[in-house]
Amino acid sequence: MNRVPLEKKILSDNDRVAAELRERFSECGTLCLNLISAPGSGKTLLLETTLASLPCTDRVAVLTGDIQTDNDAARLRRFGFPVKQITTGGTCHLDARMIERHLADWRLQDIGLLFIENVGNLVCPSSYDLGEAAKIVLLSVTEGEDKPLKYPSIFFKSELLVITKCDLLPYVPFDIAAAEENARRVHPEIEIVRVSCTSGGGFQEWLAWLEQRKRTHLATRAGELV
Amino acid sequence: MHEIGIANSILDAVRTEVARHPGGKPRKVAVRIGELAAVNGDALRFAFEILTGDTDLDCLELEIEICPRRQRCTCGIEFNVIAYELQCPQCGEQRTQCISGDQLELAYLEIEEHEMEEHEPSTA
Repeated sequence: MNRVPLEKKILSDNDRVAAELRERFSECGTLCLNLISAPGSGKTLLLETTLASLPCTDRVAVLTGDIQTDNDAARLRRFGFPVKQITTGGTCHLDARMIERHLADWRLQDIGLLFIENVGNLVCPSSYDLGEAAKIVLLSVTEGEDKPLKYPSIFFKSELLVITKCDLLPYVPFDIAAAEENARRVHPEIEIVRVSCTSGGGFQEWLAWLEQRKRTHLATRAGELV
Repeated sequence: MHEIGIANSILDAVRTEVARHPGGKPRKVAVRIGELAAVNGDALRFAFEILTGDTDLDCLELEIEICPRRQRCTCGIEFNVIAYELQCPQCGEQRTQCISGDQLELAYLEIEEHEMEEHEPSTA
């Protein structure tokens, strides 16, 4: 029997396309953020509220993934920014080729901030690199505070945790301090913002995080160009 | 459910490698899955069996090594993480660095090489 060492990543094909995308994002100065959560945690509403608060002159675009329907794209298009729906037809996550294909007729030079709204799923999307600068995980207060321990992968890989629907805290038995502690047990460096898109609470912190992240992205890019 | 896609990628890699060994029969492929990789070993095995059944690869065995999360401390030691305890067991340092645990890697492939049939010249 001949034992042949393979020693490569199982998803090396996806990772290669993701690396090409990352290079293009870097060349064009596009900050790409990959939003991941369970279904119903409020990804689309967070994006709607974000787009509503930005001037139309901001160079923002959204790719939004779902298994079926273009409902989310219809919701997000109302704000005047370019939005495209990725309908996976059954696949439970987005992969780098889907992103590459859907970006084909957009000029990345014209996009400063690209949001990717992944398919609602807290497990599978965490395995697929999309070329993003950062993953962002959302957790709503109507879920369990132990989710970071039950689904550690996505909390480990995300730069930011957005705790959503915080206006409901008085009505649900959600221990927000425990949720944050659990996220930090998995990923001690994770940043956390608490928001409510309904009341607007915490929204300025989210926008400030975006601004800061744009600045560090451009600074990193400038460093690479030197 | 993305384990089907993962299994498919493993089989693509196997087929690519087998093409380099004409006549060889692949017998076992080994993979390493980190605890933080969000891949379920049982689901992967199930997907792998479904995808290989009644194909040229239906005798191919899948070996899965589950890899724990490992942290490194500035004091120099490396340790496996149990129950999310990231504190250094030697010096008590709270801030330790993750060095592995999210891998999704192909390790090796065992191929049974084709043995050339030898035909003794007939002396009859």
